[in-house]
Amino acid sequence: MFDWQFLLLLISNGVLLGLMYSLIALGFVLVYKATDAINFAQGEFVMIAGFVVAVAMGAYGAPWWLAAAVGLVGMIAFGFGLERVVLRPLIGRPTVAVIMATIGLAAILRGFGPLVWGAETRPLPLPISDEPITLGPLLIPPIQLLGAAVSLLFLAGFSWFFFKSRKGIAMRAVADDQQVAMAMGINVQRYFALAWGMAGVVSALGGIVWGNLLGVDVHLSLVGLKVFPVVILGGLDSIPGAVIGGLIVGVVENVAAGYLDPLVGGGTKDFAPYMLMIAALMFRPYGIFGKRIIERV
Amino acid sequence: MIHRECGVLKTTYRADMALYPLPVARKTVAAIAILFALIVPLVLDQYYLSILNLIFIAIVGAIGLNILVGYTGQISVGHGAFMSVGAYTAANFAVRLGFPFWLSLPLGGLMAALVGAIVGIPSLRIKGLYLAIATLAAQFIIEWVINHFTWISGGVQASIEVPRPALFGHAIASQREMYVFLLVFVVVAIVAALNLMRSRIGRAFIAIRDQDIAAQIIGIDIFRYKLLAFAISSFYAGVTGVLYTYYLGIANYEQFQIGVSIDYLAMIIIGGLGSILGSILGAIFVTLLPIAIRWFMESFGDLLFSEAAVHNLIPNLRLILFGLLIIFFLVVEPEGLNRLWRNIRNYFRVWPFAY
Repeated sequence: MFDWQFLLLLISNGVLLGLMYSLIALGFVLVYKATDAINFAQGEFVMIAGFVVAVAMGAYGAPWWLAAAVGLVGMIAFGFGLERVVLRPLIGRPTVAVIMATIGLAAILRGFGPLVWGAETRPLPLPISDEPITLGPLLIPPIQLLGAAVSLLFLAGFSWFFFKSRKGIAMRAVADDQQVAMAMGINVQRYFALAWGMAGVVSALGGIVWGNLLGVDVHLSLVGLKVFPVVILGGLDSIPGAVIGGLIVGVVENVAAGYLDPLVGGGTKDFAPYMLMIAALMFRPYGIFGKRIIERV
Repeated sequence: MIHRECGVLKTTYRADMALYPLPVARKTVAAIAILFALIVPLVLDQYYLSILNLIFIAIVGAIGLNILVGYTGQISVGHGAFMSVGAYTAANFAVRLGFPFWLSLPLGGLMAALVGAIVGIPSLRIKGLYLAIATLAAQFIIEWVINHFTWISGGVQASIEVPRPALFGHAIASQREMYVFLLVFVVVAIVAALNLMRSRIGRAFIAIRDQDIAAQIIGIDIFRYKLLAFAISSFYAGVTGVLYTYYLGIANYEQFQIGVSIDYLAMIIIGGLGSILGSILGAIFVTLLPIAIRWFMESFGDLLFSEAAVHNLIPNLRLILFGLLIIFFLVVEPEGLNRLWRNIRNYFRVWPFAY
């Protein structure tokens, strides 16, 4: 007898988890869309945001909303500063340079977090209950519901921003062709900074939600590794792609882990998304919604 | 040693591509060879030789990665995994079939080359960011496979003990013997890479790096050469893995995780992309960095911090310095230590004149 309830539970959990991946993937996509740079330090951004919020609450006794605000403002400032110091000098340099710069940044942040705030896992309590909500056969943890809601909210917000607002349209122009955008009177560097600032916002929210779920320590940055399959599946420069990719990765890894883990002895959760990604790269390298790049000499 | 050139007097391409551009270079190379082959192993003690051994292993890997990233312009974040492929292949051959090192070492390299070429297949359609992520996926998948298939990884904690490499019935055990053993491979790796880059293949690699579509138009089979670059680079990586395995006496996947891939990328960035000398300098630098930090913190760290804090500090400080150096070199000196060295050399070449 096939256990439908088990499968349904795996899928519903996967959907919620997937939406939480999408939240982090959004930060990634924003930066790529506007600046053509890939951010290998996205997971470390999330970790640092989690640390800031957890320390503000734990060590300084700030209420959760103040800590969250500190985290948000801090990450925006961090995004701006980073663009100014590291990314701006690398404009026009080969992709390898930008990739390596963000890998270097990831190393710095991964050393910096535990160095300043200690290696032990910090809790990040939010004023929501831990009791899962029972919905028919499904059990839904409230934090995942919150994460999914925040994620969908930001999806809608960024979609509006990119397609309706003046700044968003300017940012798309920058992403399309930096030189033409400059000729049109767009201050390209300001939009680069804006993109990194927005990535900071998303990372701060991701840090709060994921930090609550997993606890804050250096391992929080591993969430960033799940972002690559998400964005490759969805397409590196597509906001709906980040959400669809997140859903696919969340569901696939949960279902695969549910059925395969007992057979192969664990680890499927980390492995399945990457297999999926390789398949996507082989057959549809620019993802489901990604922009096809046409190259000319 | 004092010489002065009076101009570029080369009249043939052959002279321009020569390994020794000046007669004095031959003497310099001979002097360095004598220093490393005869004087160093006799003068230095075990500890310093062990550091040199680590540097030698890193040099082989860094040259291999530079062939792919620096010369061909493809990126790989999965070289640690290719090293593990070489390491486990050689370990399995050495333990199960009793192969001597001169058989298991090339077999390990070839297996890594095969896996590397397979990973390189998507490089025809994707490049840059996408390729970086694809090779990252390869890193995780290879790690997972090695970890979950006990007939590859030998079961207990995924590690296989290998016997010492033996030559004519004599086991190479001490650091000093290991030094000579590794030195041979380093020299072969350097000479092979230098010559490869002067050949038709090397020029094709460089053409693909500079403008791949243009390279295709002038008749370079891009797919073939990209795969070849992946294969050669992974062969070097595989050999690195085998050498490290023989050096440690054990094959263990934890020695070849994602951090190692990044270490090697850092070596070639800090040393200089697209330069053999740069790979060597970068390998020296990155290998010495943690040793220097540890030495510094253990000597002076307790002036500022408690002993427990120092132990917490060392690995984190290493990560931070490491990242800072990568970014520093990328932003300030993209051509790395190799460029710094060339600047210094060119200054003294014409000294006391400006040019």
